[in-house]
Amino acid sequence: MITRFVLRALDGKIVVAIGILLAIALLVPALNLLVPLESAFHVPTYAVSLLGKYLCYALLALALDLVWGYCGILSLGHGAFFALGGYAMGMYLMRQIGSRGVYGDPVLPDFMVFLNWRELPWFWYGFDMFPFAMLMVLVVPGLLAFLFGWFAFRSRVNGVYLSIITQAMTYALMLAFFRNDMGFGGNNGLTDYKEILGFPVQAAGTRNVLFAMSAMMLALCLLLASGIVRSKFGKVLVGVRDAESRVRFLGFRVENIKLFTFVVSAMMAGIAGALFVPQVGIINPGEFAPANSIEVVVWTAVGGRGTLIGPIIGAVLVNAGKSYFTGAFPEFWLYALGGLFIAVTLFLPKGIVGTIQQGWSGRKAMKAAEDAEKGRDADVLPQAAE
Amino acid sequence: MLIRIFSLIFLVLASAVPPLAQGTDPKPLIDALAKANFKQAEELIAEVAATGDPRVVAPLEAFAEGDLYARKADGVVFIGRSAGSQIALVDPLTGAEAGEVAKSAATKIKVNNNLRRAIRASLGGLTLMSPDRGARLQAATAILGAPSAENLQLLEAALAKETDAEVKTRMEEARAVSLLSSDRSLEEKRAAIETLAAKGGRKAISVLRSAQSSVDEGLKDDLDKAITAIEGELALWDMAQNVWYGLSLGSVLLLAAIGLAITFGVMGVINMAHGEMVMLGAYSTFVVQDVIRSSAPQLFDWSLAIALPVAFLVTAAVGLAIERGVIRFLYGRPLETLLATWGVSLILQQAIRSIFGPTNQEVGNPSWMSGSFPLGGMMVTWNRMWIILFSLSIFFALLVLMKKSFFGLQMRAVTQNRRMASSMGIRTPWVDAFTFALGSGIAGIAGVALSQIDNVSPNLGQGYIIDSFMVVVFGGVGNLWGTLVGALSLGVLNKFLEPWAGAVLGKIFVLVLIILFIQKRPRGLFALKGRAVEA
Repeated sequence: MITRFVLRALDGKIVVAIGILLAIALLVPALNLLVPLESAFHVPTYAVSLLGKYLCYALLALALDLVWGYCGILSLGHGAFFALGGYAMGMYLMRQIGSRGVYGDPVLPDFMVFLNWRELPWFWYGFDMFPFAMLMVLVVPGLLAFLFGWFAFRSRVNGVYLSIITQAMTYALMLAFFRNDMGFGGNNGLTDYKEILGFPVQAAGTRNVLFAMSAMMLALCLLLASGIVRSKFGKVLVGVRDAESRVRFLGFRVENIKLFTFVVSAMMAGIAGALFVPQVGIINPGEFAPANSIEVVVWTAVGGRGTLIGPIIGAVLVNAGKSYFTGAFPEFWLYALGGLFIAVTLFLPKGIVGTIQQGWSGRKAMKAAEDAEKGRDADVLPQAAE
Repeated sequence: MLIRIFSLIFLVLASAVPPLAQGTDPKPLIDALAKANFKQAEELIAEVAATGDPRVVAPLEAFAEGDLYARKADGVVFIGRSAGSQIALVDPLTGAEAGEVAKSAATKIKVNNNLRRAIRASLGGLTLMSPDRGARLQAATAILGAPSAENLQLLEAALAKETDAEVKTRMEEARAVSLLSSDRSLEEKRAAIETLAAKGGRKAISVLRSAQSSVDEGLKDDLDKAITAIEGELALWDMAQNVWYGLSLGSVLLLAAIGLAITFGVMGVINMAHGEMVMLGAYSTFVVQDVIRSSAPQLFDWSLAIALPVAFLVTAAVGLAIERGVIRFLYGRPLETLLATWGVSLILQQAIRSIFGPTNQEVGNPSWMSGSFPLGGMMVTWNRMWIILFSLSIFFALLVLMKKSFFGLQMRAVTQNRRMASSMGIRTPWVDAFTFALGSGIAGIAGVALSQIDNVSPNLGQGYIIDSFMVVVFGGVGNLWGTLVGALSLGVLNKFLEPWAGAVLGKIFVLVLIILFIQKRPRGLFALKGRAVEA
């Protein structure tokens, strides 16, 4: 059954995309570690982390595409799931610092010592174990998405109302995480990591492994998402997007379908956050900012929603643009981003990939029509000959 | 112990001397200070004060400061100010200059803390008799703040002469406070407690509390009763103050949300750039004030009145441009509208940042908006007061526009049934455009008001956008009354949560409550009914 699921997931474009991702996962670390420094093909270590960051964003955009592109839920709070996954990872990394912090406390992270806390809060227990932390990366965003979706989809909150309350959700979380007494480092967040699974976080080798992990995880999630949308379930999902009431009248439990997709998507976002944190070296409440979540939406929109590959391309393109502009013309970036929002919605509603696909299938359809015309002629002639 | 004896002596003197000493010349008494020891000096101070002569305030103050000198040659006492190696002498009563002498030619009259205390008490009593109403009020207030039985005699003497009603009440309160620590009869003390209970306030409670330990057994019940009465009253005022703060916050929310109620509620357009319209309004105020400051400063008190139409026109024009340029292509695609207007908001923010810089701009308060006045047991600031009035008047003006004007009629017609309205000859695209411009213009007006209480920076709008959406969604889309009720109730709820949850946590609670509320009533408090719901 799983084989069938995978096989159905692997249509041509997805195979190519996964192939490229796996190739990058090998190629970039190889270019960084094996190619000598002076070579033109050498990839500097900072670039490896930067690319890794883009891939995490791409995974976040992919997660959003699953709910927005295929289920019609425009979540303006996906940044919250991303940040929660990041915090789970950050907590593990904080516990790994051990007594090497500034205050040298063997158990308590520095900020807790600074705030005169005597013991670890209960929700920090277990985060010194990697498997537990990884479980939490999935469980915490998944649980939040489940609770939120349970209430929201059941009472049929949809459309812009849902968007606005997801935005309120991430806003409330941001305010909460900014508080010092929440026990997550307040304003400064979690930072100053030393090592992950015993490997130093800053080392080039670790960074390359993290990069490769990001690329492979993205490939895996792409496979999963593709499997979901190409299964029978995926067809119903698209039905929910296009005509929710009709699907409900056909006897499907729309709220359960939405809930499942929302939770899966939130978990993907959590994974993206968890991979993001060790590569960037910090997680702070700013990640919860509503503006971040909306930016994710524009990556997805630029690439093309409902295409799975589009969001990946969009995320990488927009973030590469952001890195370039904020360096070269810092004033200009917000104009460019704002203009991008407007231009994409007005002129490119299907995004880059969507538009290309449309052109492609348009040409295919035309060709098919031509063929059909010829064929019909061909068919008609013999008939006439009979 | 010594202090007690001294104050007892002083008390006896103060009660015995005043009627005798009144009207006598203080000059020989002051001169006698030159040869007096501390104990005698204290008696002399009381006698000087008892003359009731307002001129003795200056020498007594100088004495407390240690600026009183006796000339060695003849033993006459002067106020001295050291000037280099010389001392400039001034007559203590008249203030006339009496020349300079070498430092060695004058002895400083020594003062200690005990004397200073005596001087302060006498001065308090003296100013109670002062012909200046303000000085008397101040003296009575000072005694009210630091009551002591010593002042009782003086207070009663002053009360007998007092004619001003406000000063008299203050003095009576001060007398009641002083009485509690004296050895007067129970009846008088009971009356004093009643006076204090009638006054109320936190000070009265602390006075009554401190009296609780020393007062006679028979009075304890009266004290307790008085304290609970005052506490009850205080709690009521606290509540009123909270409601007031809540209404004030609610009116700010109302201002920010009411434009949104039109664009989102009536047109169904999600305008994420709404906050930036508010921000543009605030910046318009800044520019108007800047122009007024440089060219016509006398108009400054009118700056807000001038800024209102300017802000309205500026933001309405921007809104019109946004509607014509972007939104009209996106009708029927609310999620895309949301994204596009978010883009607009980023551009507007960055444009303002490029023009005015990222820092806060200073917008002044006109004189009629600054300051505050007491209302019973709470303080009401003028700017909050005006903003509440202002937001309510905007609300009702808008309501009238919607319900009574021809434009409002067209607007409602288009909202209810676009095609039918179009068939009746209404130009629906223009109604859309002007509705959006109206909503934006109102946001601009809100910006004028918010510039008075918030920082005018490019990020001003960001702080309001989520709250405004919450208000509109909570109140019910497409209903102005819902927006009013939503804004005010959210404001009051927020302020009542704040004391026990803190500002940030209170806000989080409110957000969570709204999220839960929407689950229960997805269409808000005042939901539209009928076909419009499914449209």
